[in-house]
Amino acid sequence: MNLLGKLTWSAIPFDQPIIMGASGGMILGILAVVAWVTLKGYVPYLWNEWLTSVDHKRIGVMYIVLALLMLLRGFSDAIMMRAQQAVAAGGAQGYLPPEHFDQIFSAHGTIMIFFVAMPFIIGLMNFVVPLQLGIRDVAFPTLNSVSLWLTASGILLTNISLVVGEFAKTGWVAYPPLSELQFSPGVGVDYYLWSLQISGVGTLLTGINFVTTILKTRAPGMGYMRMPVFCWTALASNLMIVAVFPILTATFAMLLLDRYLGFHFFSVDAGGNAMMYVNLFWMWGHPEVYILVLPAFGVYSEVSATFSGKPLFGYRSMVAATMVICVLSMMVWLHHFFTMGASASVNAVFGVASMIIGVPTGVKIFNWLFTMYGGRVRFTVPVLWAIGFMVTFVLGGLTGVLLAVPPVDWQVHNSLFLVAHFHHVIIPGVVFGVFAGYMYWFPKAFGFTLDESWGRRAFWCWFIGFHVSFMPLYVVGLMGMTRRLQHYDVVSWQPWLIVAAAGVVIIFAGVICQIMQFAVSIRHREQLRDVTGDPWNGRTLEWSTASPPPAWNFAFLPRVAGRDAYWIQKTLARAKQVQPAPRRKYEPIEVPKNTPTGFVNAFFAVVTGFALIWHIWWMAALGAVGGFVTFLVFAFREEEEVEIPAETIARFDRAHPAEVAL
Amino acid sequence: MTDTPYDRAPGEISTTAEAQRLTLSDFGIYTAGLVLAVILTATSFWVANTSLLWAPGVAMGLVVLAIAQMGVHLVFFLHITTGPDNTNNVLALAFGLLIVFLVVVGSLWIMADLNDNMMPMSELMNLQMQH
Amino acid sequence: MSLAVAVSDVNEDAFVPASEAGPAPKRIVVAFGFWVFLLSDIVMFSVLFAAYAVLVRATAGGPSGAQLFNQVSVAVQTACLLISSYTCGMMSLAVSARQRFNTYIFALVTFVLGAAFLYLEVHEFASMIARGAAPQRSAFLSAFFTVVGCHGLHVTAGLIWLAVMMAQVAFKGFRPSVDRRLLCFALFWHALDIIWVWLFTAVYLMGIRL
Repeated sequence: MNLLGKLTWSAIPFDQPIIMGASGGMILGILAVVAWVTLKGYVPYLWNEWLTSVDHKRIGVMYIVLALLMLLRGFSDAIMMRAQQAVAAGGAQGYLPPEHFDQIFSAHGTIMIFFVAMPFIIGLMNFVVPLQLGIRDVAFPTLNSVSLWLTASGILLTNISLVVGEFAKTGWVAYPPLSELQFSPGVGVDYYLWSLQISGVGTLLTGINFVTTILKTRAPGMGYMRMPVFCWTALASNLMIVAVFPILTATFAMLLLDRYLGFHFFSVDAGGNAMMYVNLFWMWGHPEVYILVLPAFGVYSEVSATFSGKPLFGYRSMVAATMVICVLSMMVWLHHFFTMGASASVNAVFGVASMIIGVPTGVKIFNWLFTMYGGRVRFTVPVLWAIGFMVTFVLGGLTGVLLAVPPVDWQVHNSLFLVAHFHHVIIPGVVFGVFAGYMYWFPKAFGFTLDESWGRRAFWCWFIGFHVSFMPLYVVGLMGMTRRLQHYDVVSWQPWLIVAAAGVVIIFAGVICQIMQFAVSIRHREQLRDVTGDPWNGRTLEWSTASPPPAWNFAFLPRVAGRDAYWIQKTLARAKQVQPAPRRKYEPIEVPKNTPTGFVNAFFAVVTGFALIWHIWWMAALGAVGGFVTFLVFAFREEEEVEIPAETIARFDRAHPAEVAL
Repeated sequence: MTDTPYDRAPGEISTTAEAQRLTLSDFGIYTAGLVLAVILTATSFWVANTSLLWAPGVAMGLVVLAIAQMGVHLVFFLHITTGPDNTNNVLALAFGLLIVFLVVVGSLWIMADLNDNMMPMSELMNLQMQH
Repeated sequence: MSLAVAVSDVNEDAFVPASEAGPAPKRIVVAFGFWVFLLSDIVMFSVLFAAYAVLVRATAGGPSGAQLFNQVSVAVQTACLLISSYTCGMMSLAVSARQRFNTYIFALVTFVLGAAFLYLEVHEFASMIARGAAPQRSAFLSAFFTVVGCHGLHVTAGLIWLAVMMAQVAFKGFRPSVDRRLLCFALFWHALDIIWVWLFTAVYLMGIRL
């Protein structure tokens, strides 16, 4: 019995220079950051204020940091793919052998969906939703920390796969029979499955947390129809998380049972049915894209209302459209496998449903347009992202309506037309949305605004770069080019793919602009300081707090009088033109205690996951026991809350008079 | 309307005096639930084993009995009611049941259709492996 | 859309619907959150059920349910779990009446019945494997072992949880956090019985008629 399971020195790909280079760079980067943090003496601060924090604002920021870091890795994968496809025509083989190229496109999809888009929207929801609801934190703060660190565990495992072993070569969807042990005997698919199972638990717990928070813990006076639209989209998104992530968990569990214990759910023999995997996967997969896009739609609602200086047009229809999308999105999944062999009647039903789901989204687009129409629109960078989204997403959505027609889909299924379509909706939809979101709420989180000029440059590079990169893909898709090709023989495709590679360079410039924006803004933070807490003349309650808000968010929970609660407060204060209501007596506030539970539990999750991947059974058992003990320690702790004295709160309010004038 | 300003927690017996007066005692609720569940379970076993029923109807009968027993558990053990203080809990349950319905019925419909139209897996792999 | 009511002028006697009453008490928040978790768990089971239903005839020349299932064992298991649900209810009543001794007794009975259920299930699995009906034999058997086994794992987790909860009652008494956790346990245990209802109906009883 080998003490280290399947793990040997040959797991490290010494013979592959590109991977060794990437691994080396990653490890050096991590070591450099760790060294800097340690030498500057920041470790106690980091541990006490961030790693063990159960504060939703801190957790939100950490989610977004993870997302931005993984965006760099996912984007590097994109650069490598475009570069390979730009050169590997006819006789040329490019620089990436197929085994490596296959891991790259698999990692690209997995990372972008699970480790960039999901953490980003979850991070935004984490930071914003409690503030918009006028409360102090989410319903289950410690569970929130557990969720964050489980996501980080999944990310860590996926990054370890770069150094030790390999990643899946099956594409990000990992269809059997290819993903079964018989045809993927290496550890790649196991890395994929365990990373996603672990982070999936974290995501499910987030869903439960936010559904409970939004339904049960809103501020006094905030009935359902007084909630900001971002909170409605967060509710819909989290309801969908609760509804569909268990499907993914069960499906991956069945594939894991096939791989580890020789079961026959999806195998090619003994009655297994690989098509069932496809069915179950997409039952999760389609709602997943709506999970991602709905909060982004919420961001656009907030941004368009704030910067038009008008309430959002059509609040009720916006809410209705959101909830209709929430339900309808779970009835269209077959359109991901029109070509798998279902009969015409089944295909037709799902085709029609897929077209119907465009209607509520159309309602939303019109609402945003009418919000801006007749308003005094300030063209700040978040608004640029919003307008860029509207223009681009509508076109991408139209290609989706095309694909919803089964006979059309039969022609272009699995071609680059499809690849162009889903990037054409997800990049303007989700990516532009989270970019608008972080630039919009950054001053609230950190106390200073981001530099506008670099923001503009970033937007234009992304907007132009996106089009240059993906429009050619529609062309080659219609010319017959299949997706995921490491090499191709039809040389007439090559000019288009070279243009696409140029597009990626332009996007890369956009990413550089974003990095510059951070660097410049941090350097000039005193000039960019937000002293009022309300840099955009906002409408919702988060702008009524200081920037950044104190741990307790609100000294007194606001009594909400209507929609756009903060706008009402400001209007009233201006109308009265006198001193605000006499200061009430400050009470001490109890906040949940910080705890290392989430972080420690995630450590054991990584140990268990790594051990299971490499078949090191004793280590897996130890890891599981460790996780259980961590939980027991938490369950038996004596102190659950920390009391913040009234004097501390009063002192904070005195130090920030402009921000708490209401 | 509701006596309390807040909804009720799922799993919580209604503690209002009015509710107590009108219904069984707490102990009685659980006992009634147990009795009903035992009856339904015994009936299920009988339905599955008897030859007195028309065969294709047995499956439907079993499903109906299972739904009834689920209802007994929900009402008598989990205290889910249709009162206004329970709306959130009932809506959440309805949402969950909708998803379950979509998953089970959707999968069965699609997989049955695929199995009708597609070559069995073993023959398909045979074709593939011949290349 | 109503605009403003001046902040200081709220009429305290006016009827306030639950949706505008502010954050709910912690007990309700925790129980509702756990309820949502249970619903997600039921969705997960429904996927395993769906897989079982799709694969129920894929016996690959091996044994089918009708040849393997032992109705007596299933009936006893059902009785154990159903009565344990009842005793769990009794335990909940003892908890709200703050009766420590009754809480321990009913918890013990619940535990023993749950353990008996598990023993019978493991015994059933072992005997099936001994007869060559291992999960690796066919897709039907894989699905059967998974859906029934997943329920069994949940019951096991429940028993561990119950033991930990009794330790909590012993060390911490009936303080609010312990009370909330016991409410969640009761929800969990009753939900497991609901899932078993579907298991014995759809898997075992329908299986013998296939």
